[in-house]
Amino acid sequence: MRGLIYALAALAIIALAYWAYNENYATQAALRRVDTLQQQIGDQREKLGVLRAEWAYLNRPDRLRELADLNYLTLGLMPLTSVHFGLTEQVAFPQLDVNDITGPVDLSADLSADLEPPLAEAKP
Amino acid sequence: MIRTPLRPLASVLSAREKGENPDLIEAENLRRRNEDVRDRDRLRAESRLLVLSLAFMAAFMVVGMRMGMLASADPVEPHEDRYASALAAQRADIIDINGAILATNLITNSLYAQPHLMIDKPSAAAGLAQVFPDLNAQDLLEQFNSSRKFIWLKRKISPEQMQAVHDIGEPGLQFGPREMRLYPNGAFAAHILGGAGFGREGVHSAEVIGIAGVEHRYDAFLRNPAEQGRPLQLTLDLSVQAAMRRVLGGGMRLLSAKGAAAVLMEANTGEVIAMVSLPDFDPNDRPTPLTKGDASDSPLFNRAAQGLYELGSTFKLFTVAQALDLGIATPETMIDTQGPLKWGKFSIRDFHDYGKSLSLTDVLVKSSNIGTANLAREIGAGQQQAFLDALGLFSPVPLELPEASQSRPLLPKRWSELSTMTISYGHGLAASPLHLAAAYASLLNGGYRVTPTLIKPSGDAARGPRIVSEDTSKILRSMLRQVVVRGTASMGEVAGYHVGGKTGSADKPDAKGGYAKEKVISTFASVFPAHDPKYILVVTLDEPVDTTGTEPRRTAGWTAVPVAAEIIRRTAPLLGMRPEIDHPDEMKYMLSNY
Repeated sequence: MRGLIYALAALAIIALAYWAYNENYATQAALRRVDTLQQQIGDQREKLGVLRAEWAYLNRPDRLRELADLNYLTLGLMPLTSVHFGLTEQVAFPQLDVNDITGPVDLSADLSADLEPPLAEAKP
Repeated sequence: MIRTPLRPLASVLSAREKGENPDLIEAENLRRRNEDVRDRDRLRAESRLLVLSLAFMAAFMVVGMRMGMLASADPVEPHEDRYASALAAQRADIIDINGAILATNLITNSLYAQPHLMIDKPSAAAGLAQVFPDLNAQDLLEQFNSSRKFIWLKRKISPEQMQAVHDIGEPGLQFGPREMRLYPNGAFAAHILGGAGFGREGVHSAEVIGIAGVEHRYDAFLRNPAEQGRPLQLTLDLSVQAAMRRVLGGGMRLLSAKGAAAVLMEANTGEVIAMVSLPDFDPNDRPTPLTKGDASDSPLFNRAAQGLYELGSTFKLFTVAQALDLGIATPETMIDTQGPLKWGKFSIRDFHDYGKSLSLTDVLVKSSNIGTANLAREIGAGQQQAFLDALGLFSPVPLELPEASQSRPLLPKRWSELSTMTISYGHGLAASPLHLAAAYASLLNGGYRVTPTLIKPSGDAARGPRIVSEDTSKILRSMLRQVVVRGTASMGEVAGYHVGGKTGSADKPDAKGGYAKEKVISTFASVFPAHDPKYILVVTLDEPVDTTGTEPRRTAGWTAVPVAAEIIRRTAPLLGMRPEIDHPDEMKYMLSNY
């Protein structure tokens, strides 16, 4: 009986030791992984900071103004002044975008021919 | 165990035969047995001692080895603690009221040399001189050949420069990581942001510390790790500041002014929305302060907060306000403007002769020195001082800039009646444009003292003490509006924004103690809209001259006022203010014209 208890205790110790060993290594692996992740987060934050700085630099008022001046023909941007504030009644009611259900039909082929004279005739 | 008998029969018998005492035999045997027992015990005790000593030795060796390991290992932060604190930059960002970045950090590298690791010193020196034009190959080589083991070459280098140094291929040239402060918008709010530099420096890192402006004032906050990188939010508006700087710069060039300053402040809270001082500088590359000469000649000088000027007729509003508030006069009271007004050997004159008398409103609208001086005489020096003190004109502006807290207004040493009279129209007391803006805000916002600030107050800020009554404030606003409509600031009219304001042109004091004739400080302090004050704008130009007419004109009406009007025209829409047009037809006309 006593021998059995001893044997069981020894087995229990071996099992617990194995478990503790495993846990130890699992913890260390997790810590290493956290370390790597922290490093990655740090790197990403650094990159984010650089991108934010770059964004702010590219959006600096001087540059935007110059770009707006350069591209005036396409963008038509100008400094905001008081005349850009409108009245509500000046805003046109939005036109409803409905399909053309009336279905126009060309009634006379001659009419369209009259409107568009042949090229040869149009030239003097 | 076989015990040897103590009295063996054979020995006893033979002893008896020989007539010897058999007890001796017994004693002899007993002795032997005792000796055996003693030997055995000793052996056992010795072996026990040995085991025990071995056990102790093992234990001590374990402790000793562990101690040795701890002593020789590099100190490492405990794992578990590191994750509690978030990774944050060394210094927090500064952002404007809308969250746009005004100052942030960038990782760069510093460059240093370790001559004892160098292989080819002359070619390294030549290569460095090629990469950095400001370094001299000869000097570098001299340094490399000295006995020094460590030489700083550059504090901050760009990635391109770093690659170029890598390409030199010299193992003795090494890099240390550096965090540097970046102001992406360049010079646009230079005086407010100030600048940053390196404090204590090591190879692997360096402290970034604020040198001037809010960077210096809020250094502790920006570097506090407990804030976890929470940005510092200013009340500045990036777009308004940029527009104001541009317009002011243009005005300064057109009027060939030496310098210019402008402050745009919210009338009720004292929040500074834009503050420009020209000429300015790039905080990314802060110039070194002047070591000799006038500090105000340096671009580092903040004319808006540091510059103390006699601000001229803009001070008349204070005299008029006090006269109204004390009940000495009403807007219609006629004030004696018969000139010149003599006091001892001094005489006070007006720009034009305004006849015998003007109403109080017209004294302000036409800007009569004599009328104001007469009013001030009636008010008296004591009350005048108390009033100006209440407006904050006797102490530095408590703005969150180290420069502002040093600029204490210049007061006359002895406050005579003449001082009272001259100060009533803005001569003899020098204050900064920021002082003026705060005082105007306090008088015009309904009469509550305003404290200028650059930091958005958390929650509702308490209103300051009352300076003048609500009615006085209302009358003052209508008077200022009339100055623009029919007075000295007629160029200040901006359609839809009901500008009111007061001009001031003061001759600059010269080195001899008198006043320079051809050099003026021209100022326009304005409020818009005058009927419901939202913003206070103060524009000051240093030595402007308008040469569009037949003769040069220097008065504020021709210089500061048009610049201020243009600033309002540009910034008011940016602040989201709708123009208030009385007649809708006029508005339609404006729009169709556009």
